Amino acid sequence: MQQMLALDFMRNAFVTGGCIALAAGLVGYFVVLRNQVFTADALGHVAFTGSLGGLLAGLNLLVGVFGSCIAVALAIGTLGGRGRGRDVAIGTVFAWVLGVGVLFLSLYITARSAATGSLGVSVLFGSILGLQPYQVVFGSITALATCAVMLLVARPMLFLSVDPDVAVARGVPAPALTALFLVLLAVTVAESVQAVGALLIFALMVTPAATAQNLSARPWLGMALSALIAVAVVWVGLVLSFYVPYPTSFFITSLAFAAYLASLAGRQIARRLA
Amino acid sequence: MPSWDVVADIQLLLQFHFMQNAFVAGTLVAVLAGAAGYFVVLRGQSFAAHMLSQVGFPGAAAGVLLHVSPVLGLIAFCLAAALGIGLASGQSGRSVDAGHRSESAAVGSILAFSLGLGLLFFRLYAGSAAGIYSFLFGTILGISDRDVELTLAVATISLGALVVIGRPLVFATVDPDVAEARGVNVQLLSIAFLVVLALAVAVTVQIVGTLLIFALLVAPGASALQLTARPGRALALSIVLSLAFTWLGLALAYFTDLPVGFFITSLAFATYVVVRGVNAAATLRSGRLRFVPA
Repeated sequence: MQQMLALDFMRNAFVTGGCIALAAGLVGYFVVLRNQVFTADALGHVAFTGSLGGLLAGLNLLVGVFGSCIAVALAIGTLGGRGRGRDVAIGTVFAWVLGVGVLFLSLYITARSAATGSLGVSVLFGSILGLQPYQVVFGSITALATCAVMLLVARPMLFLSVDPDVAVARGVPAPALTALFLVLLAVTVAESVQAVGALLIFALMVTPAATAQNLSARPWLGMALSALIAVAVVWVGLVLSFYVPYPTSFFITSLAFAAYLASLAGRQIARRLA
Repeated sequence: MPSWDVVADIQLLLQFHFMQNAFVAGTLVAVLAGAAGYFVVLRGQSFAAHMLSQVGFPGAAAGVLLHVSPVLGLIAFCLAAALGIGLASGQSGRSVDAGHRSESAAVGSILAFSLGLGLLFFRLYAGSAAGIYSFLFGTILGISDRDVELTLAVATISLGALVVIGRPLVFATVDPDVAEARGVNVQLLSIAFLVVLALAVAVTVQIVGTLLIFALLVAPGASALQLTARPGRALALSIVLSLAFTWLGLALAYFTDLPVGFFITSLAFATYVVVRGVNAAATLRSGRLRFVPA
């Protein structure tokens, strides 16, 4: 353990990964509650194209990821597309977005040296062990800020998600709150992309929350469980990948999936006993 | 570089063995994907296609790892997933879709896990980044003679199956209750179609990759159904569009040295946008609102 924490990149990964997982677990709880799983998926695709487009334009990786995610989240909010029944149109658009991402990737690789060939893989599948110092500071602070804002608006947000009509009648500012949530979602997706990659954000944003909702129907307990499971999955995944030379993202997705299966089984057993 | 002399360009395009393979496999894939895609859109199963292709990713990686053809791995994983979807929807009495909360969370969890598994297999093989890209985004380079033979076999079987079940499948899709009353086995048909879909996904991944499957398996069918509601015509149109996307995409990728996935998705997206636009304009001109399935 000491040996592990003596390494700079492991310490960075534990701190940043923990903060990001905390935010992803909290925001993810609302993603599942509000049935916006596929908005998160779409934002993950956008993050891939955005980060490579940013790099190609000579910007920082973070600028591209955060900029594109927030812009698209707001666009989704204004168009009001929750995507139900329109999955053909949405699927075609996002396949194209990914296609453009591949174009950027290939342009970037040809423009720079061949050494950047694995860059796309790290955007797609995450590179939590390779975080730069500025990413550690920036990632941790934005993740904690996201948590704080999410907790501040958690009460009206719960109300709005569970019973939108009554919430609006009681004076909850629905449009503003929805827009704020989409921005929080975009920021969280952009952070999670650095930890587990654009393709695997489900493992941090959806699976822990779904597991928590299997375990408890009480909202505050569920939120805490969701955040806890996300953090545990990331930390245990990091420890495992220190001892076994497999990709960290593989451990994180597998642990999250195992927890989900266990919660399903637990619920079945509880139902039998009841 | 193309000389804009069509005959010379086609000769230039087909001078290498890998491009001949890509065109043969691409043509077979396009016909199958166009035909299956029509039914996918008609039946509203685009989400199942998305899911099957992502579950296929670790299959392709496992095929590479075990030194058998990646297509074999894809077929095995996609078939298993299709049977899983068939059983799950048979149990719950409705098809798997993205609309339901607990279902979309469950599906999302499975997808992330299967992509993570695929990543592990690729690392175990110690393959280059290019290997992962070609299965995620498609390639024009990596199609071997063996893959072409497998694709031919799969396409023949699947198209044959579609010819047999095509008519009752349209019937069962458009009006399941009446079809059931007329003695059509709706449950069996839907599982048979899922198997055909799994095979179509498995071979389509070779050309456009796991992540861009919508471009060949959904977009042509969706565009065709925007243009005409008549089954025979829409089916033919879907196949023609899918062939056009594939051939143009392969040629553009060859001459520009840019990824084939980009061109095929862009062509598919542009066609879909144009068709929707034309449809909307026609609706406006005729001055009445018409129901257009998304």
